[in-house]
Amino acid sequence: MRERTSGRTVGGFRNLFLQGPAVTLLLLWMLVPLGMTLWFSFQRYNLINPMISGFAGWDNYTYLLTDPALWTAMGNTLLLVGWVLAISVIGGTLLAVLFQQEFFGRGIARLLVIAPFFVMPTVGALVWKNMLMHPVNGVFAWLSNLLGLPVIDWFSAMPLTSIIIIVAWQWMPFALLILLTAIQSLDDDQVEAARMDGAGPLAIFWFITLPHLKRAISVVIMIEMIFLLTVFAEIFVTTSGGPGLASTNLAYFIYIRALLDFDVGGASAGGVIAIILANIVAIFLVRTVAKNLET
Amino acid sequence: MNPSMTKKLLLTLLAWGIALIVFFPIFWMVLTGFKTEGEAVATPPSLFFEPTLAGYNTVMARADYLKFALNSIVISFGSTLLALLVAIPAAYSMAFLPTKRTRGTLLWMLSTKMLPPVGVLMPVYLLFRDMGLLDSQLGLIVVYMLMNLPIVVWMLYTFFKDIPKDILEAGRMDGAGTLQEVLYLLLPLTLPGIASTGLLSVILSWNEAFWSLNLTTSDAAPLTAFIASFSSPEGLFWAKLSAASTLAIAPILIFGWMTQKQMVRGLTFGAVK
Amino acid sequence: MATLQLNNIVKDFGGTQVIKGVDLEVKDREFVVFVGPSGCGKSTLMRMIAGLESTTSGDISIDGQRINDVGPADRGLAMVFQSYALYPHMSVEDNMGFSLRLAKVPRAERREKVLAAARILQLEELLDRKPRALSGGQRQRVAIGRAIVRNPSIFLFDEPLSNLDAALRVQMRIELARLHEELDATMIYVTHDQIEAMTMADKIVVLQGGVVEQIGSPMELYHHPRNRFVAGFIGSPKMNFLDIEVRGADAEGVDVALPGGDCRVPVEGGDAKPGDTLTLGIRPEHLKLDDRGPLTGRIVVIERLGGVTSLYLEHGDSEWILVADGDVAHRVHDEVRFSFDPACAHLFKGDGTALVHRHRHPLVDIDRKENRAPSASEGR
Repeated sequence: MRERTSGRTVGGFRNLFLQGPAVTLLLLWMLVPLGMTLWFSFQRYNLINPMISGFAGWDNYTYLLTDPALWTAMGNTLLLVGWVLAISVIGGTLLAVLFQQEFFGRGIARLLVIAPFFVMPTVGALVWKNMLMHPVNGVFAWLSNLLGLPVIDWFSAMPLTSIIIIVAWQWMPFALLILLTAIQSLDDDQVEAARMDGAGPLAIFWFITLPHLKRAISVVIMIEMIFLLTVFAEIFVTTSGGPGLASTNLAYFIYIRALLDFDVGGASAGGVIAIILANIVAIFLVRTVAKNLET
Repeated sequence: MNPSMTKKLLLTLLAWGIALIVFFPIFWMVLTGFKTEGEAVATPPSLFFEPTLAGYNTVMARADYLKFALNSIVISFGSTLLALLVAIPAAYSMAFLPTKRTRGTLLWMLSTKMLPPVGVLMPVYLLFRDMGLLDSQLGLIVVYMLMNLPIVVWMLYTFFKDIPKDILEAGRMDGAGTLQEVLYLLLPLTLPGIASTGLLSVILSWNEAFWSLNLTTSDAAPLTAFIASFSSPEGLFWAKLSAASTLAIAPILIFGWMTQKQMVRGLTFGAVK
Repeated sequence: MATLQLNNIVKDFGGTQVIKGVDLEVKDREFVVFVGPSGCGKSTLMRMIAGLESTTSGDISIDGQRINDVGPADRGLAMVFQSYALYPHMSVEDNMGFSLRLAKVPRAERREKVLAAARILQLEELLDRKPRALSGGQRQRVAIGRAIVRNPSIFLFDEPLSNLDAALRVQMRIELARLHEELDATMIYVTHDQIEAMTMADKIVVLQGGVVEQIGSPMELYHHPRNRFVAGFIGSPKMNFLDIEVRGADAEGVDVALPGGDCRVPVEGGDAKPGDTLTLGIRPEHLKLDDRGPLTGRIVVIERLGGVTSLYLEHGDSEWILVADGDVAHRVHDEVRFSFDPACAHLFKGDGTALVHRHRHPLVDIDRKENRAPSASEGR
């Protein structure tokens, strides 16, 4: 550690002093709640019934894993994540290519199309719920009437689909924003060389643009996955997980356990499951980013 | 008309069509904010109407709206300032005094972002209850600071890395000490980067809905919670909801538009530039 | 007034030695150029002198004072970076005056010094501009101006011309030489470009793999390279090399076998014995077309530059480059014969070291100043 660069002593001390606060805070933020979650998940612990206490062993887990509600929630989580990812990545890629073209008012159109990403999730969800998807006064209902189609009561007829639409509306612009930035770093010479080689627009998209976007797409997928696994506010303000469990995802399921049923042990066991799920994704994301760090 | 012009016109039509559809919900919300409650629920929906500020006036007149707004401002700016304060020294040392461990530290910081909030909801809730931080501004400030710290460090790190080492060395040859180097060279050169990092952190804190809904009830509740309170069926005052929502998202939307380019780096941990 | 001594300098980067024990003496007002292929350690060596890199072992002294532990700003040096490293947010004037501002020099005095430096470099018109509004050559001059303002005892230049286009490079080369006269300061200059080294240096230090291969005046390196690396590195096109057999050797010269007859090279024979293999080195410009010459080759490529013509020749598995005058009428595939003056030839042993020439070239000890008319502005 007596290495010196740039004429300055790079002792362990200097770095420790500068990075110490950030590292310590994050370490506490990670380890303390994680440890407690793990601990609670093996405890009988209910907030409104202090009589229930003591070591539970695997009970919380077995109870949870045999509860069909958990599997419904898991299924809903996967459907939500899968569909939103598909819509936002495919849509985002196509739109990125479109918004990269020269056209009139491109700058403003770009601003409009990425705007939903910056909208508060509660606001976005409520606008969709009340003003667009409302079966009586919503714009969609009016449109259906206009076209002579039956009016859909979105949130009771297809609750999960409605939530998927809302969440995709928020996250597709994110994919677009990232992919548009990535597409701009594509070397013009490369495209021109391909054109000289006789490639048409489709061939250019398939053989040049898409490979160039590969890493950006994988980053988008992983970051969205981390956020989408724990979608909460959109469900909270629209369907409250219902009807029944039709739109309950893992995050909302744990929330019900924790703050509505006050079952700390069960909620923590659910939390551990959520953490494991997220970490499977995380490993891949960290790897991709790490590759980038080397250059 | 030549073919390239036709192509451009078609592209314009297509792209603007999509942009308007995607933006429509926001547009509609803004529009509804200027309607009376009667017009807001009218069928067919009215596109042309006498605009009124009634919705805004009612919202602004409600004392609690200002409380929610103030909470949002205090919490998001407070957490951002704290995060910057902790992150700038860390990012400085990672960018300019790298060691073998720097890479590992950065990746570890990224990995703390992977902890889903639901996974740790219970312990954080109980800890906050015991420490009296439930429904307090300080509680959310701390949570948001920690939530955004990895992104802030990463973003600053990538901005600092962009400063050519030569310039700092030239400063050193000119006799600048650490403090002068930071004050005269680093800060002026990275101010745009620091500003957009700060704005991103404000945006993320402002829009955050999981912790704010679960850790606050009334005293420290920010705008996300205020808006969410409109979700109950009896709260169907669309014009007011729209006016309040417009007020809540307008500043953030503008921040977002201003910093979108630099933000991509922070959001993707430097993987996309 | 400044001299610099390097005493067995070593730089170790996490286990790999990039500078392996360098000794060097720089005299007052000398223009010393470090030259070598990329990765040879020349920039590291300069950065160690500047104080931007630490020294693993050995001593660096300025005017006899050991400065290993003195910070970069307090060594009394100024450095011009390859990228210029101008502060992008400051005007030209603030860029040049930054060191004085840090040293708390009063504003008026600061301005005066900046103006004086700007006058030398014809930058007066540009003082209010930001670096991004300047051309490459102007940025270069500001970087030099920033160094001049500090009034350093030694100037350090790290490949300062490599980002300029060819025409500007020639112009700046001349300007730098003029500046050296005018400032009368000690300068150390790093480059990979041998033309810059040959035209500007009093003394060239050839580095390879962290080791000094040779130190000497430009003409000394050209006429008396100490080893095969220096012989190949200095001079363009590269020196021709051919393995040959020794016929006989004594203190007066070495007889070597050539395809078209033996020849005697006037170098000290040392321990060379008949039957040994040596490497013969002849610069392309020292080969001449000669119908009775001892060497032959077939033309593969002809490069006509107008004034001179380069012929690329093949003979068996050996290749030759020959620089002839511009009016050579030969065609590709022609067989040509050529010869050389043995006094211009070099002989290298198996380990690369050269056999010492018996006669020193008359231009070797020429002073740099003799190559230039004294500048009009000075009364010397």
